[in-house]
Amino acid sequence: MQAVAAAGAGPRKPALRVRLTRAAAPYLLILPGGAWLLLFFLLPILTLAVTSLESGDFIAGFNFDWNLGNYSFGLQLYSSQFLHSIEYGGAATVVAFLVAYPAAYWIAFYAGPRKAAYLLIVLLPFFVSFVIRTLSWETLLADYGPLFKPLKDAGLLPGDFRVLATPVAVTGGLAYTFFPFMMLPIFASLEKIDRRLVEAAEDLFANRFEVFRRVIFPLSLPGVFAGVLLTGIPSVADYVNQDLLGGVGTTMIGRVIEEQFEVDINYPLAASLAFIFMVGLLAMLLAYQRIFGTKEILSD
Amino acid sequence: MSDTDRDRPSYIDPSFLRGLTQARFSRRTALKGAGMLSAAGFLAACGIGGKTSTPTSAHVNWVWDKATKAGTLDFANWPLYIDTGTDAAGNTTYPSLDEFTKATGIKVNYSEPIQDDASFFAKIAPTLQQGHSTGYDIIVITNGIQMSNLQLKHWLVELDPSKMPNFFKNAAPRLLTRSFDVGNKFTMPWQSGFTGIGYNPKRTGRDITSFQDLFDPAFKGKVGMFAGNQDTGNLALVGLGIKPDKSTPADWQKAADKLKQQRDAGIVRKYYDQSYIKALAAGDTWISMAWSGDIFQANLSAGNNDLKFVIPVEGGLIWTDNMCIPVGAAHPVDAITYMDYVYQPEAAATLAEYIDYITPVPGAKAVIEQQAATEPDKDTKAALLGTSESPLVFPPASELAQTSYYRELTTSEATQWNAIFNSVIIT
Repeated sequence: MQAVAAAGAGPRKPALRVRLTRAAAPYLLILPGGAWLLLFFLLPILTLAVTSLESGDFIAGFNFDWNLGNYSFGLQLYSSQFLHSIEYGGAATVVAFLVAYPAAYWIAFYAGPRKAAYLLIVLLPFFVSFVIRTLSWETLLADYGPLFKPLKDAGLLPGDFRVLATPVAVTGGLAYTFFPFMMLPIFASLEKIDRRLVEAAEDLFANRFEVFRRVIFPLSLPGVFAGVLLTGIPSVADYVNQDLLGGVGTTMIGRVIEEQFEVDINYPLAASLAFIFMVGLLAMLLAYQRIFGTKEILSD
Repeated sequence: MSDTDRDRPSYIDPSFLRGLTQARFSRRTALKGAGMLSAAGFLAACGIGGKTSTPTSAHVNWVWDKATKAGTLDFANWPLYIDTGTDAAGNTTYPSLDEFTKATGIKVNYSEPIQDDASFFAKIAPTLQQGHSTGYDIIVITNGIQMSNLQLKHWLVELDPSKMPNFFKNAAPRLLTRSFDVGNKFTMPWQSGFTGIGYNPKRTGRDITSFQDLFDPAFKGKVGMFAGNQDTGNLALVGLGIKPDKSTPADWQKAADKLKQQRDAGIVRKYYDQSYIKALAAGDTWISMAWSGDIFQANLSAGNNDLKFVIPVEGGLIWTDNMCIPVGAAHPVDAITYMDYVYQPEAAATLAEYIDYITPVPGAKAVIEQQAATEPDKDTKAALLGTSESPLVFPPASELAQTSYYRELTTSEATQWNAIFNSVIIT
């Protein structure tokens, strides 16, 4: 402290200690985050990579021997489950977007002073554990549940109609589960749009559709971009929804990885599947970023 | 199972019992003995061929010589698998554990961390692999892949026979010759149960008797099968008339093909975990693979008093949950004291009155009958008689004879088994 005071008092060159502290500051600042990444991301990833190249079994032990066979075996055995993940996760993201955007738009532009209240109403269900909410859907959507029994009794639906244990239920469940992650970023970006820009567009004879298409939507893109990432990634990786709402032929890759890890105790296969999934997801994200990514995201 | 409500109005649905008590002839008893011999050979072979030697009596003495009673015991069990009560402050109590504490001075830290064998095993395996203690003195594991893994890895403390007099005296004779724990070296059964078929006769419109009923196109989209491939695979084997003990990978493939047909014809709605019972009770499935005790419980809850459980004519499965002491347990003497304690007919009776699965102590029946005879309260008396007469708790020999245990699998066999049956179940 004395050194700092002395340095502040005159035009003299700062003391060595101060200079050292200043030079070290960026590194000290990055230290907690860096250590966190190292400990909880890099090391596990490395362990995973090593595990994915092992062979052997649980009893005899697993040995590292560059066993790339895990990858081809996993891809060959579980390609349809990978596809299910992309299919349901992708569809759920689109559904969530189609529902979330109008809702966020309305709250941002028309809810006035009650914005916070409406947002709270939208988010309130998500304060309940998502497993409980998914279980509730399971009950609601039961073949003779509160939703379908009256319709079936009235003859409006065929007796063997069902939603549960179908891909529709899984997709719907995913869209519902991750809905807030789509809605909140979109709302945030819509809300901070300068209203004078809208007025300016109207002064330039843009009709309401043109205002939306050329001003509002482009300005909300950073939110959409973030929303798609925040919804898409966990949807694709989720396995609870397909477990509770799915049926035959709706298994997603997360479930397979869990099964390989916990039940079959085939750590190398589980690790290689996780790696394939991660790399595939990363590639899709990069492609998405190249195609739809906007510079505003960086400057925001 | 831990139903503290003793006022059970219709304790047992008579029609439900009919399905369990139909006498059927079987030649399985004879075959069972042969299966055990081969399993014994397999276990012995593993001991010799494995990396570490089979624990010898020297190992046993090493654990038991230095261990002394600590006065405390950490017991890991499955949910709803013991009697419960409520004390004045509204906290959950375990009356039978309190009795044990009174009798022995050993305090029990009871917890229910085991949701299923696989995930619990996956949780403790890394700990045991590193040579650390799991923190539990007793764990309850079903016969099956996890049980063989625990033994093959030498992760169970070999029991000291001199400390288990009640077990040898009172255990059902069939439990003294279990194929998955030859010589009763590592485990003592907690409870057993059946895997068979549960159904709702109102929806199926007819009585279910056969494994083939699970393949009836009339039940398209309304059939529940188990996601656990040990239950589903073994039941399919039994359904095809193949004894699991004797089955070969070719038989497994045959069973898997049969299951694939069922799946591809759209007959299977879903491969369920424990949630199958909810689906069956709600009517999402009409007929489903089922565990005996669950059907019993579902019928106790209001509105679902109409489910039936049947062991198919082709045969069903029996499984046993076993108490064992993981290596590194801090209080092995207290653990084995409790494990043996519950083999006293009185203690077993207390448990059987609450847990609706097969008790390992047939002698508990006389105790419960005696209690019923002197019980003044009518409802309690009916409940007690319901337990002592239940074929789920005290199954007749004819029932037991037509059930098989899971196929014992070596590690490489397990890999093969998983690949064959997962290709059916995980799609």
